[in-house]
Amino acid sequence: MSDAVLGTRIALVGNPNSGKTSLFNALTGARQKVANYPGVTVERKEGVVQTPAGRRVSVLDLPGTYSLRARSPDEAVTRDVVLGRLAGETSPEILVCVADATNLRLVLRLALELKSVGRPMVLALNMYDIAERQGIRIDLDGLAQALDIPVVTTVAVRKRGLDMLLSQVDMLAAGNTDASLAWHEPSAEEIRAAHREAERIMRSYVKPPLRPDTWTGRLDSVLLHPVAGTLILMAILFLMFQAVFTWATPLMDMIDAGFAWLGQMVSLYVPAGLLQSFLADGLIAGVGSVLVFLPQILILFFFIILLEDFGYMARAAFLMDRLMGVAGLHGRAFIPLLSSFACAIPGIMSARVIDNKRDRLTTILVAPLTTCSARIPVYTLIIAAFIPNRLVGGFANLQGLVMFGLYAAGIGSALIVAFVIRKLLWRSASEPFLIELPAYKVPDPKNVARGVLLRGQIFLKRAGTIIASMMVLIWFLSSFPGAPENATQPAIDYSFAGMLGHLIHPLLAPIGFTWQMAIALIPGMAAREVAVGALGTVYAVGGEVEGTLATTLAHQWPLATALSFLAWYVFAPQCLSTLAVVKRETGGWLWPSVMFAYMLTLAYAASFAVFHIASLLGW
Amino acid sequence: MRLSDLGKGDRGLIRGIVPAGHDGPGEIGHDEMERRLLEMGFVEGARFHVLHEGLVGRDPIAIRLDDIRVALRRRDARAILIERDATP
Repeated sequence: MSDAVLGTRIALVGNPNSGKTSLFNALTGARQKVANYPGVTVERKEGVVQTPAGRRVSVLDLPGTYSLRARSPDEAVTRDVVLGRLAGETSPEILVCVADATNLRLVLRLALELKSVGRPMVLALNMYDIAERQGIRIDLDGLAQALDIPVVTTVAVRKRGLDMLLSQVDMLAAGNTDASLAWHEPSAEEIRAAHREAERIMRSYVKPPLRPDTWTGRLDSVLLHPVAGTLILMAILFLMFQAVFTWATPLMDMIDAGFAWLGQMVSLYVPAGLLQSFLADGLIAGVGSVLVFLPQILILFFFIILLEDFGYMARAAFLMDRLMGVAGLHGRAFIPLLSSFACAIPGIMSARVIDNKRDRLTTILVAPLTTCSARIPVYTLIIAAFIPNRLVGGFANLQGLVMFGLYAAGIGSALIVAFVIRKLLWRSASEPFLIELPAYKVPDPKNVARGVLLRGQIFLKRAGTIIASMMVLIWFLSSFPGAPENATQPAIDYSFAGMLGHLIHPLLAPIGFTWQMAIALIPGMAAREVAVGALGTVYAVGGEVEGTLATTLAHQWPLATALSFLAWYVFAPQCLSTLAVVKRETGGWLWPSVMFAYMLTLAYAASFAVFHIASLLGW
Repeated sequence: MRLSDLGKGDRGLIRGIVPAGHDGPGEIGHDEMERRLLEMGFVEGARFHVLHEGLVGRDPIAIRLDDIRVALRRRDARAILIERDATP
């Protein structure tokens, strides 16, 4: 990082939904860097901009907050950066307080609190065009005088007012920026006093809108309607699911084909042996099996960011709060759980929207229980092999019914486990649910695109680092040592994975697993669907045709074993990448270990019960 | 009267914040609850209008508070003392 070279550092602070991120995007364009703050998992977004005076300024986009009193890890970062308390982070010399010009009341109090810190500050009234359109008249000079800080107006999405803002930064930077910082956590009385002061400023310098926004109220009367609103939410979710599963398919097939082609090229041009196997079976196949989820992740985040920017997400949290509350979760936990249907990794990543640390952990812990799309190949294989394709009750297809049952088991267990975690680990009543419902806004396509690309980048970075190294580990275990000269079994049987499989088989025998299944579970740790390929390998089925594998399995396994295997896949922590991401997000091995242990226990118990009940029934 | 007692359409004035069972083990405590509510604009004298109620148990509620909209659970709304406007 070139902190020393950059002259001035400014930080954007403001309420959530103030358009802070669009202002950040407008200022820095593509010159952005996203990383994590050291030690915490809050995203750190930094960019560079040149001021009219030619000063190179680094801009930090801080998480939105209503106050410097931090309630969530995100808000704690805002406080610590502003106050210069975050280790390894030079605190910004100048603060830019970003305000939604149409919604000034709460941000004026924040501005007063920020001012008390003692840093030079400029107030940017963003979305000023909307305020003008609504006929809100703001006495800018009066406001600047009352707050004793410069005030500028901006329209981030149209890049208006940026020069004025940067000129103010220039002026402040030229002045004395060597302020001594002072801040103490305000008491309730001090917050009241600051509110009264903000109220006084509002009355004196801001005239209420002549043409107030009536759209938000009108939309809400439908979107928050107890029945219609819930139905619309369901329809939106249905559309999202359709998109995630159908739009993504062609792209996923292309990625699959691309990696298969790459693997073939390696087999053609790299001499057979260790290097070829490492490249083709380890790296390319491994990374490919995770990268194939990129289209789903992009589509999912496209919807999430679009709905977030539109202002709908807070409404979804409102509508779902009661249902999530049954499991002791917050309305906000709904989005991460929803995302987990595509893949637990983006789900766990999006749990950041939850303020409360414990709620966030609970959500992360149960996210992998929802049926991610990597389970689908495993489910379809077993269902095709063992469940007869016939109608039940004259209308429902038995195979479809089993699939539905597996999904329901996923959702149900996630809610139950969340409930149990709350009771067992935290034993606390629920965290207050208190959220602002922002005014609806037409999303800016550029900001949505940038947001989606950013999520894609983060996923790729993870796939390229943690996930790739996990894949290589799995490949190593499945390939070494190689098969002896006179091998009678498939090569994997002689490898560490094979040894491990044989080693753990006695443990898995009580739940009806064969030793071949035990072996397939090891490479299946790379990604759930890899187990399908691994079963193919251990059963030495010549072609990769699933029909053949399905028939083989149908002959080899009793039905009880197949059902037990399905039950196992509902619960088992069969995905190292998820565990690695949980480690990243929670900052240690404690929570991934807890997750691994509880999921393994559930999987074993469920498979044991299913196997023995099915055996008793003579299946 | 408390905000938690009201239904859709009710209007009134915020009168104050009182302890309402946020002091249990592992909970945030009354003092923190009070400050959070204040920061969201639940200050004495603010005007409100109950706009929406949830499907199950008419919970949570969405209200207009001066010029912003806020959603909260009835359980948390118990901490807010109000004075309801006389119905015309």
